[in-house]
Amino acid sequence: MFVPCDRGGGSASSDFKGFTLLMPAVSVGNVGQLAIDLVISTLDMTKVGYFYTDCLVPMVGNNPYATGEENSVELSINAEVYSLPSKKLVVLQIRSPFIKNKYRTFCQTLLSWVKSSKCARVILLSSSHAYQRDDEQLLGTPLRYLLTPDLEKAVGGLIQELNWKEMEKVAAYPGINDTEKVLHVPGGGITKMLFTESCSKGVQMAVLLKFCSEGDNIPDAFALINYLNEWLQLIKSEVNTSSQWKIPSSWRLLFGNGLPPALF
Amino acid sequence: MATFFGEVVVAPSRAGVDEEEEAREETPEDREIRRELEKKREIDVLWTLKSGASTESSADEPFVCSKFIVAIGHNAAAFLSSFILDSVCWEVVGVVKLWNEWCRTSNTTNVLPTDSFCLFYRLISDPTVLLCQCSCYVAEDQQFQWLEKVFGRMRREDLQVTILSTCPVADYKTQESTLTLPSPFLKALRTKEFREQVCCPLLEQPNIVRDLPAA
Repeated sequence: MFVPCDRGGGSASSDFKGFTLLMPAVSVGNVGQLAIDLVISTLDMTKVGYFYTDCLVPMVGNNPYATGEENSVELSINAEVYSLPSKKLVVLQIRSPFIKNKYRTFCQTLLSWVKSSKCARVILLSSSHAYQRDDEQLLGTPLRYLLTPDLEKAVGGLIQELNWKEMEKVAAYPGINDTEKVLHVPGGGITKMLFTESCSKGVQMAVLLKFCSEGDNIPDAFALINYLNEWLQLIKSEVNTSSQWKIPSSWRLLFGNGLPPALF
Repeated sequence: MATFFGEVVVAPSRAGVDEEEEAREETPEDREIRRELEKKREIDVLWTLKSGASTESSADEPFVCSKFIVAIGHNAAAFLSSFILDSVCWEVVGVVKLWNEWCRTSNTTNVLPTDSFCLFYRLISDPTVLLCQCSCYVAEDQQFQWLEKVFGRMRREDLQVTILSTCPVADYKTQESTLTLPSPFLKALRTKEFREQVCCPLLEQPNIVRDLPAA
């Protein structure tokens, strides 16, 4: 699944022992993926490899984090891995939707790669349909977290201090029986499946998600990444943290081309 | 989500999220149906050997290939038919048989330009030069298979691959409007191993390539 890049570093660049793997779920508003773009772009992370997988729709383009002529011609595909050894951070970016019936295969292959590369923990950035919130969730913060039991043991105390809100479970049979509760992440893509697989496989995983709707999801991405930053402190959190994150050049023209002057 | 008229609808997501189906556990019947569908969507690559006999792709030796030109889509396939291919210099060496909701190809090599087909040709004077005309649509879940089955038969050392494809101008992302853009125009993507000069400008961010050409 993981194919390392051919760089001078050799195998050293794909040694992720003890690292935190940060990755997005392909979910409503693509918020997780946008947030990951901000991380890679701001921390100027180096690409160390990619995933050779049949689970994602193929795509290719030139370097989405290009800052000038000299670094704009490196090819970029649908699932790539970046690393920042100084922060023990490895990041997976996913750039296309999953192919039907491939969710489970991907989750299983990913988790076995996490185990074989000895990553310490996984943080999944995701989102959920805002319109599915209940009355209580409509009030207060739209950000939620989830921890697998193994990670709860490790960082539960720290999360308590941050005063975060855990994702609420919903009734399995609403209206009929309110006692049986299940985890439900509508619009979250692989979030629920990856989380439940991680629980059963003893992987330390956290899910950070935001309630949102389709639209201009850039503000949602900033909200999610600042949420993550409260915990990981990837950049110094000053008063106006939004201006600290660097927007990649590929975010240009998200809502279409310029208008033809003949229109006016 | 509730619409103006008050009925509740499931909002489609740009992210292509199709959660409900994936979350449900598969019954044995579901598994059977899925397997049947997968079998129907399998791709068969039939290679014609030197002797002219057709065989399945799996058994044989990989063939040496120095240049592989792939034309994907009707326009690119037509370009090859008009300017490159002829029956004197090129011979048919393979065909892809596939089915999906958009098209069906057969294993006949005698095709009309308006048919959906995927054929492989070899230059008679230099049998290491291969060409592929793929005017059929290869669906998302079949693209990886196509790749593995076609490239699986080739020796890939020193192989140069050129992919020809077309996209609508309206899909091109640029600061100006595409209305006034002089078209058609060429753009390219190349891997860092490609050392030669590219004959046209490179594709600028944030444009991307999808489907079989991307695969």
